[in-house]
Amino acid sequence: MSQQAQPAVSTPPAPGPREKDGRTAQRPLALRILARPDVGVFLGAVAVYVFFLVAAPPVREASSMANILYQSSTIGIMALPVALLMIGGEFDLSAGVAVITSALTAAMLSYQLTLNVWAGVIVALVVSLGIGFLNGWLVVKTGLPSFLITLGSFLILQGVNLAVTKLVTGNVATDDISNMDGFDQVKSIFASSFDIGGVQVKITIFWWLFFAAIATWVLLRTKYGNWIFAVGGNKESARAVGVPVNFTKISLFMLVGFGAWFVGMHQLFSFNTVQSGEGVGQELIYISAAVIGGCLLTGGAGSAIGPVFGAFMFGMVQQGIVYAGWNPDWFKAFLGVMLLGAVMINLWVQRTATRR
Amino acid sequence: MDRSSQSRSRRLAPIVAVAAAAALTLAGCSSSSGGKKSEEGGSAASAGKASTPRMTVALVTHQSQGDTFWDIVRKGAQAAADKDNIKLVYSADPNAGNQAGLVQNAIDQKVDGIAVTLAKPDAMKAVVAKAVSAKIPIVGLNSGLGDWKKLGLMEFFGQDESVAGEALGNRLNSEGAKKVVCVIHEQGNVGLTQRCDGVKKTFSGTTETLYVNGTDAPSVKSTITAKLTQDKAIDHVITLGAPIALIATQSVSDAGSKAKVATFDLNKDLTTAISKGTIEFAVDQQPYLQGYLAIDSLWLYKNNGNYMGGGEQPVLTGPAFVDKSNVDKVAEFAAKGTR
Repeated sequence: MSQQAQPAVSTPPAPGPREKDGRTAQRPLALRILARPDVGVFLGAVAVYVFFLVAAPPVREASSMANILYQSSTIGIMALPVALLMIGGEFDLSAGVAVITSALTAAMLSYQLTLNVWAGVIVALVVSLGIGFLNGWLVVKTGLPSFLITLGSFLILQGVNLAVTKLVTGNVATDDISNMDGFDQVKSIFASSFDIGGVQVKITIFWWLFFAAIATWVLLRTKYGNWIFAVGGNKESARAVGVPVNFTKISLFMLVGFGAWFVGMHQLFSFNTVQSGEGVGQELIYISAAVIGGCLLTGGAGSAIGPVFGAFMFGMVQQGIVYAGWNPDWFKAFLGVMLLGAVMINLWVQRTATRR
Repeated sequence: MDRSSQSRSRRLAPIVAVAAAAALTLAGCSSSSGGKKSEEGGSAASAGKASTPRMTVALVTHQSQGDTFWDIVRKGAQAAADKDNIKLVYSADPNAGNQAGLVQNAIDQKVDGIAVTLAKPDAMKAVVAKAVSAKIPIVGLNSGLGDWKKLGLMEFFGQDESVAGEALGNRLNSEGAKKVVCVIHEQGNVGLTQRCDGVKKTFSGTTETLYVNGTDAPSVKSTITAKLTQDKAIDHVITLGAPIALIATQSVSDAGSKAKVATFDLNKDLTTAISKGTIEFAVDQQPYLQGYLAIDSLWLYKNNGNYMGGGEQPVLTGPAFVDKSNVDKVAEFAAKGTR
């Protein structure tokens, strides 16, 4: 564990000189790679993928893979900021309903005031960032565990989503905005799809990978990335060496707000309306994807690429069971067993790799 | 004092300016199509108001938060309450134990009548008995068709879920369907399972079941897509709620399938989809009617001693089919959120 926390304070060791040592360095390098938290989850994801490749013939089709990746991307885009926040030592239980809050804001504002939908989209971004800021600010100012603060905001948002929607629209779902100005433009950003070799691929998959690349770069190559590891590892010593702890934590919460906005917009523009009761329970899926991806629940360790595989594993198992045509009554049980198995592989790989 | 207020106003000035600018910007980018402006003003059906003494009635359901269906039930109940000079107290909890607690709460308030749903009849037995012994008239609605009499309820308004499923199964036979998938969006819900079982009973082809996570639209979409890819012989997708049906139409096109979508329950967007032809038909159990009749029946009992259904038979509110032939009439009301 100390090994994972290392990049928090020091820059990652340059692999260049070690490779020059020749054959003697090769085994430790392989073990070092295996010991990385994201490699375990990578192998777990591969195992699940190969398993369904054998068990479920339809998975072999490219269109099925596009579907699985789509499902994974809607989890994965949120799992990224949630993972960064966890590396920074905090939780956000309001992440699932915050997605719906954002979508509701955009839909209702545009519809009720008959505005170009861009206006709704931008106001929703402001609202989402504001919710993130408020969560972060409360955590930093009160010093209470973020679990409690965001449990509060989770419940508040759940109630607000319903009550405000009811108040404004008189119904519990927003009105269809698909015939309004700007809808097609916004849809092309958040919810369009491309034809690649005859297969329809959703744009969210590209956004997901793009965000993952940025997050990886930020974590490993920037000062801000070091700050994230530092505040999650040990807040006091981070502060002592001059890391702006409050700024880092608040901005991480706002990043989750940004993710919620993005996924919220995707939902709104692919389904044209939002139901106010949705989103409950999704926060646990995001957190699970991050944890499966090797982020420590206690903070200070993790990566951005791990949650990508974590989300993929979720999407793969969830859809794989359907592709395999197994008795659906057992669906949830299968899901649990597969996830547990994947996590075990992850753990086993890490243990064996770090033992020597 | 003076200085601080001055500095505050100075600090406020840019904020006000930004807010004003934002408001102006927003006003500048109005949409020329769709939106609230294109919605025609119309109010729900309203009759006169009864001059009978004010009474209080509690409506306790097993609604989970933010479900469009229950919203319509509630609107019906409210319409009846307004007409009958009734103060309607609405409460709901999907957990049976908590729902029983809410009924107890209504008994403690000494209301003049209770309307209750019996999603889990056994859990409600004791508290219903208490209401009966407290001489509070109590009626059932929506779920509990098999148990309302046993429990001592006076009247019942709802749809037999199995009968509705069977009706849908027959309809599928007449459409020449061979293989259907029944999408359950809440695993373990008795009513939803009964619907699928009903379909299975009368439908002469193969019926498969699929569970989806109803609280996450993207996951619903990709799971149905996966099922349609896995089994290309499926020619009809049956959903058990209107929002799920609308998502299913996207899955069908994503999967490149030729399957048709039919559903239980209605809402505004669904009626549009039926008239466009993307959804074939819907089985409506008329939730508005359930709420309306339940409240109205308590008023009739109190003021005229009447029993709807004669106190022996349930009053059935469904299944009513909505398809292209009659959707225009229904759409008019669905637009107001009352069908």
